[in-house]
Amino acid sequence: MIDAKRRILLKGSLAAGSVGVAVGAGLLTPRLVLAEWNEAAFHAKDIPSALTASMGSDAAETSDKIKIKAPDIAENGAVVPVTVETDLEGVTSIAIIAAENQTPLIASFELAESALPFVSTRIKMAKTADVVAIVKVGDKLYQNAKNVKVTIGGCGG
Amino acid sequence: MSDIKIRAKLSDDETTVKCLMNHVMETGLRKDSKTGEIVPAHFIQEVVCKVKGQVVMTAAWSGGVSKNPYLSFKFKGGAVGDPVEVSWTDNKGESQSATDAIA
Repeated sequence: MIDAKRRILLKGSLAAGSVGVAVGAGLLTPRLVLAEWNEAAFHAKDIPSALTASMGSDAAETSDKIKIKAPDIAENGAVVPVTVETDLEGVTSIAIIAAENQTPLIASFELAESALPFVSTRIKMAKTADVVAIVKVGDKLYQNAKNVKVTIGGCGG
Repeated sequence: MSDIKIRAKLSDDETTVKCLMNHVMETGLRKDSKTGEIVPAHFIQEVVCKVKGQVVMTAAWSGGVSKNPYLSFKFKGGAVGDPVEVSWTDNKGESQSATDAIA
């Protein structure tokens, strides 16, 4: 029960946008942050519920200030390089979503104050779909998408 | 010998960190082609990156990140020789970490 309460407390403080600051200031130990893997968000089957669970809202404004670098055609869906970069100021988190994957939310990154709004990784894509990047600035969400054509799927056997 | 490779490079006022981790990243959705049984999920859930002991970035991942994950990020400041530590924890509770100095 104590654990459950702590989770609620953590979620509450996340909504207030103070966790990033607390982490930056070294107030929260990494262990506490580690305990926070967001099962609801990562098991969500559609984008709105994944966003609500991870970012607290699914209302994201489309912004061309978010740049997604990904191939137009990915021959191998198991390894699709994706880079998300933005000119927006005060970014606290970035999420990467593959719209047609069984569980669309792939990764979310929490950025401390010194981190620049740039992340790059390689993701799996089940089939041709939009790669959606969600950027959180304060309480607002911004998004952009890029279509990637997948010739061989990367999920499932 | 750690399975995480880290390269941290300072240019102007920005440090770019690139790292490669060795991990199977099983989603738990894939079937074994021979037995037809579902391969159990085994993937990195959390990656924490610290510079001089301060957390710069934490990443939460699903099994949708590719096998042997690559991760790159940037941060302001940093000086040559500062230690950059990357550690991950997977859904089975295994963890690993590695440290490299900024070059």
